[in-house]
Amino acid sequence: MTAVPAVERAPRPVPAPPREYHFPRFERRTLANGMQLVVARVPKLPLATVVVLIDAGAVCDADGAEGTAQLTAKMLLEGTDSYDGAELAERFERLGASIEASADWDAAAITMTTLVERLPDAFDLLGDVLLTPAFRERELERLKAERLAELLQLRAEPRGLADELFAKFLYIPGSRYARSEGGDEASVERIDRQSVVEFYQRRYLAGGTTVVVAGDVTIDRAEGLVDRAFGKWEGRARERVLADTRPARRDRAVHLVVKPDAPQSELRIGHVGIPRNHPDFFPVNVMNALLGGLFNSRINLNLREAHAYTYGAFSGFEWRRQAGPFVIHTAVKSDITDAAAREALFEVDRIRAEAVTPDELSLATNYLTGVFPIRFETTTAIAAALAVLSLHELPEDYYDRYRDNVAAITRESVFAAAQRYLDPAAFQMVVVGDPNTVRAPLEAMQFGPVLLYDVQGKPLA
Amino acid sequence: MRIPIETFRLQNGLFVSLSEDHTAPIVAVNLWYHVGSANEPTGRTGFAHLFEHMLFQGSADVQANEHFELVQRAGGTLNGSTWLERTNYFETLPSKQLELALRLEANRMGALLPAMTQQKLDTQRDVVKNERRWSMDNQPYGSWLEKLPALCFPAEHPFHHSLMGSMEDLTAAGLDDVAQFFATFYTPDNAVLSIAGDFDRTEALRLVERHFGPIPRGGRKPPLPDMSLPPVFGQWKREVVPDDVMLPRLFLAFRSPAFGTDAYYPASVCGAILGLRNGSRLKRRLVREREVAAETTAFTFDLAKGSDLLVVDVTARPGVPAEQLEQEVALEIDALVRDGVTDAEVERAVALIQTMFVSSMQEAGERADKLSLFATYFGDPNRLNEEVDRYRAVTTAQVNDFVVERLGENNRASLVYVAREDAPGELVGSGAEAEER
Repeated sequence: MTAVPAVERAPRPVPAPPREYHFPRFERRTLANGMQLVVARVPKLPLATVVVLIDAGAVCDADGAEGTAQLTAKMLLEGTDSYDGAELAERFERLGASIEASADWDAAAITMTTLVERLPDAFDLLGDVLLTPAFRERELERLKAERLAELLQLRAEPRGLADELFAKFLYIPGSRYARSEGGDEASVERIDRQSVVEFYQRRYLAGGTTVVVAGDVTIDRAEGLVDRAFGKWEGRARERVLADTRPARRDRAVHLVVKPDAPQSELRIGHVGIPRNHPDFFPVNVMNALLGGLFNSRINLNLREAHAYTYGAFSGFEWRRQAGPFVIHTAVKSDITDAAAREALFEVDRIRAEAVTPDELSLATNYLTGVFPIRFETTTAIAAALAVLSLHELPEDYYDRYRDNVAAITRESVFAAAQRYLDPAAFQMVVVGDPNTVRAPLEAMQFGPVLLYDVQGKPLA
Repeated sequence: MRIPIETFRLQNGLFVSLSEDHTAPIVAVNLWYHVGSANEPTGRTGFAHLFEHMLFQGSADVQANEHFELVQRAGGTLNGSTWLERTNYFETLPSKQLELALRLEANRMGALLPAMTQQKLDTQRDVVKNERRWSMDNQPYGSWLEKLPALCFPAEHPFHHSLMGSMEDLTAAGLDDVAQFFATFYTPDNAVLSIAGDFDRTEALRLVERHFGPIPRGGRKPPLPDMSLPPVFGQWKREVVPDDVMLPRLFLAFRSPAFGTDAYYPASVCGAILGLRNGSRLKRRLVREREVAAETTAFTFDLAKGSDLLVVDVTARPGVPAEQLEQEVALEIDALVRDGVTDAEVERAVALIQTMFVSSMQEAGERADKLSLFATYFGDPNRLNEEVDRYRAVTTAQVNDFVVERLGENNRASLVYVAREDAPGELVGSGAEAEER
């Protein structure tokens, strides 16, 4: 190389006032049957995304019947009174409509994206899906078998396994959060057509449902479509179901899930976090960005760029209506599992011991405010954001005030958030890895007792 | 939907595509270098990808890790990726920050080597080895991405070897390799730059010229060998891989027309008929009706040189052995060859592809990436505006011609994953062996 472009040393961005941006305007209406309708007009391309959000998440599962919420949501697309599952899929897809139904902890959601010219036909089908699901026995048995296949696969898949078992070891036994979102072998086996029908009748109610439409559609047109598709739906909202978020134990422990000869250890460290609708959401979010949320976070720079222990190391709060987990997650070469855990713990101690630097703080706040418009380029992303608003009962001006709220965060509020919402004394550590390599070093760390489990989470002697 | 596109070429050969869209104050910058794992010299498998990591380690005027920091501090997202034929680098930022992205990209294109050190290389080598462990070695079925091309392309073909690379080759790579690879392939005449979103074209061109203009043109790039292959394998290739898995899984590959050729589109539609979403043929037959599969999908590698691969990917239901899974899939493919596809199936596939395409064009980053793709492979980013029409023009007869020509027994390659304990004795531990059938 000879010639080099004339670039000034350290090309720092010159702060310039960003062009004005606002989150898409939206309107909310309550329909005669109690459904909420939220519409954001996004005329950029001839597309629309519809999210139907139903208060029928996995927290509503009965004790011993975990997995009912997810199976019920998936069964909606497996046939109506008019069409069997294959016909229904074909009808949606010949309209070019992509459609998915699922249930997470807090809600069931059907998400559909299609070209606007096909929206009326797609909406009519959607009405059938929600109002006249057939819940055919054969399709249910097939979905149950597919769930059992997923659970079987999980035993050999260290990443998913570590996530699942981390939750199991974190929450008090009996908490819905301690059991798999989609149910386990025992609970899924017990679910039959009757339990799905009853779950549908109890939780799928017009009154507990929000329809979000984002795309090249006016609210009047959307209301007409929703009214035609869902107008006959009835039912008043029921009380929300709450999960027990108490931790399983007060002292620290290492939960070592045995995977002989694993070349890497999947590592999780964390504790019960805070709910999404928490007054300290913003300082906690900025604090986490610096601890392990960004590529240039302390944990990733330490474990990846300084030590080359891993391809990536991150931390995060899982945001639910109630306190989801806070977790540091990474996969590291087996023989340095203890060293990697020590460095991650060191970074937690450090962010709790002294305030972050002004430079670090501005990295996180500039990033979070700057990427804000980039997060909402698509109708899918806008509809999902509006669903979050409804689900967590955030203020209507939440997105308008978001960047101001981030910009108002100070080093002191980050420091306070680290001290208040990170509690190393309560950490649980999960390692899915090779016991011959990792057990002795983990014991030598004196983090807590090292308990051994098989891949189903059953204690080993 | 018509996307505005303007193209330019700098004196040094850099090809530039611009696509304005002022709906949001966002701009995407996207660079494709026409180099991938196919260009790796012997004994250096995985080097193109390791080199991609090195591009985030700073350049003459940028400190290590500063690239990430500067873009994120500016409120942008960024990444890079390596594929068989190309390596790409991209940022999406607030539109005011266009110059930052251009400066960073130009600085590493023009002056990477002053920042390269042995320590950085050693660190990234270990990071990449951990990426390999994470994505392949400690992941059920993770080795498919290196075993399938190895099975489908002849040993001397540039698509044959592993993109992620062997641990031995990664260990062997040195700073001299970095210097040579950079000088050979990371030149303006071997790259395309695309900018999409909210910018002023005159200003953008001025900035591009200012930052990229002084970078000298490269020397001669070693040509790839002839990539063309016969239209079919000429046999049914087969490999059984005993792995730490709970369920058998079959990757059934067919040699298919190169990406972007006229013959590619019927092949792509055929893939969507077989494996795209819930109404696809394999889902209906193998998951719903026969109840032998837990999951099915189909996809193309989208290789633009020589020939592409169409791949059907099917995971067994618990209790269904690998041999039965393979037979059931073969019966479906045989039925397809015998009876062909219907108009309704073509209509479904094209409608879904159209919605997906329009949907993806909402994102500035995706528009820029597609401009770079068509510029790199065909020198013509305007192909982006022809995509939907090309798919809509596909006829049932064309798909059926493709099916007859390419899905027969003389053009199949089965990569079969089985649980270690279920593997036939003589195969255990010899996963790399291919056998014919």
